[in-house]
Amino acid sequence: MSAPAITAQPCGKPPRAKWRRRSVLPGFGLSLGYTLVYLSLIVLLPLAGLAISSASLGWNEFWAIAFDPRVSAALQLSFGAAMLAAIVNTVFGVLIAWVLVRYRFPGRRWLDAAVDLPFALPTAVAGIALATLYAPNGVFGAFLENVLGVKVGFSALGVVFALMFVGLPFVVRTVQPVLEEIDRETEEVSATLGAGRFRTVTRVILPAMFPAILTGFALSFARGVGEYGSVIFIANNLPFESEIAPLLIVIKLDEHNYAGATAIATIMLVIAFVMLFVINLLQAWSRKWFGHD
Amino acid sequence: MQVRVANVSKNYAGMAALADVSLTVGSGELVALLGPSGSGKTTLLRTIAGLETPDTGIVYFNDRDASEKRIQDRGVGFVFQHYALFRHMRVMDNIAFGLRARRKNRPKESDIRQKVMELLDLVQLSGLEKRFPSQLSGGQRQRVALARALAIEPSVLLLDEPFGALDARVRKDLRRWLRELHERTGHTTLFVTHDQEEALELADRVVVMNKGQIEQSATPDEIYDTPATPFVFSFIGESSVIPVTIGNGRATLDERVIDLDVGALPDGPAQLYLRPEDVEMVTDGGPGIPGLVVSTRRIGGMRRVTIECGLARHRIEFDASAELSIQNSQRVQVRIIGGRVYGAGQEGYATEKLAASATADFKWAKAEGWLDR
Repeated sequence: MSAPAITAQPCGKPPRAKWRRRSVLPGFGLSLGYTLVYLSLIVLLPLAGLAISSASLGWNEFWAIAFDPRVSAALQLSFGAAMLAAIVNTVFGVLIAWVLVRYRFPGRRWLDAAVDLPFALPTAVAGIALATLYAPNGVFGAFLENVLGVKVGFSALGVVFALMFVGLPFVVRTVQPVLEEIDRETEEVSATLGAGRFRTVTRVILPAMFPAILTGFALSFARGVGEYGSVIFIANNLPFESEIAPLLIVIKLDEHNYAGATAIATIMLVIAFVMLFVINLLQAWSRKWFGHD
Repeated sequence: MQVRVANVSKNYAGMAALADVSLTVGSGELVALLGPSGSGKTTLLRTIAGLETPDTGIVYFNDRDASEKRIQDRGVGFVFQHYALFRHMRVMDNIAFGLRARRKNRPKESDIRQKVMELLDLVQLSGLEKRFPSQLSGGQRQRVALARALAIEPSVLLLDEPFGALDARVRKDLRRWLRELHERTGHTTLFVTHDQEEALELADRVVVMNKGQIEQSATPDEIYDTPATPFVFSFIGESSVIPVTIGNGRATLDERVIDLDVGALPDGPAQLYLRPEDVEMVTDGGPGIPGLVVSTRRIGGMRRVTIECGLARHRIEFDASAELSIQNSQRVQVRIIGGRVYGAGQEGYATEKLAASATADFKWAKAEGWLDR
């Protein structure tokens, strides 16, 4: 049943733009205006400054910095380690969220609170703690190096470990509420229809969680790309081996090479933006594919 | 397939959800589990499905202990009140889910497709197979859920308040449709409802439950005409209760004899349960019980009259012809022509509203002086 559309326009006002629907939520103009101004001031303006100051370099110099072997090694490490850490975090973050949501056990609330610690801790503190543990003479570090022959502290692997630490809560906290929303009954129905536990998890639960998992992954990844404090303590920061791009920026700044620093920053920005954009597209696609809207 | 529940008990946190329940559902029967919320009807249904494990007692499917099988292999089609559709799957994939989940003799994909189309036709949703559940109305979703349950060719169909979330009109249509579907497919079917009208209209047999126990299990006619307990009497249909005294095999109200069979009840206090049609107004000047009209309401072709009668001013509701002019505070005479007498000590059904207000915390109202005490 459709009520006749209200076509009368208030006199004297120009007709509304087509995309502006009459809504019960007023204040669209005000809130959008505020959003744009705020985003511009807080996010876009500094980024524009970055682009402008790196533009002062000129193309040739810019490309020289971009394809400098040390810079590209650092970029590779930054994005590679962030990607690896985000993947690991996604797997274990989902697992932790699952345990926290699905099971009731003594100490659950403590565990739940502990997940947030990497949020709250200054990352430098985390870096020092990790470095002490995983250094070749640390508790885990000695064991890993002597028994398994794996060097974690003061190596590229250490970077991944640090990023895993800081990125974990992002996955847990995005997946947890979605998992809580998942209806017990859909699982029960799946079981009565003859699906085993594995099939229920892979066909019923995970697809419903997929957009949230992707968000958690993106956040963890983005955090990893930008992370600085914890990494510089656990990695030994050797060029071509365990030097991350943000550190290289700081080094350039120390050398008063501001143009070089902004050039690296700009490159990071572009890569990060493209990757996050792709993840967003993937997410929009998955939401559509899985019928979330 | 026959389903037999033998002496099943189930406790939740010290509360008995099911207390020694036994029930047999014959092959092809359509049975309603009827009761107020918290009566254990849903727990019983879930226990039969295998979604709950009974503390004691056994559920038999065709004389085989159902607990020997995993829930996946029991072959029960379960339909939830809120459909529990897989939101990320299209209608087609929802219905095909059970067939694709089969380990042994999984049909070919083309056969699955054909079967899904047949089921969609059966539930009258042809052409909607590409939709997502969010693009369907409530009634359509419930039919998808039903088709999904039927797809696995279940030996028992279990429906938990299947029409509870739908509006009255759709509910009525679906009820009739489900009855027809049952006649065509002949699945042994149990459904849970708190709607007595639904239970009486739809089921071959109605099982009335209260406090984790079965009060009566009988045909709709028997449930309405010869309720076994005051609970069944007051839960089904409209009823009034007045206390009577039994002596010498007769029931009396304020020493007026009421001409009713009291069976083998012992002498002493008892309760007389009356339906509106069990009382009629005396218009011919004959003997009757005097009463004072306290309210009248027009209900369809009849006038529902509430009177107070007896020394303790018990309220009785009855139907009078709409042509009779009856005013409030009018004195009338009524005659009791039916009803059932139950001995003392048996409880009737207190409506949820009354039960809620008796336990509610009215601190604020007391503080504000709205309520005394």
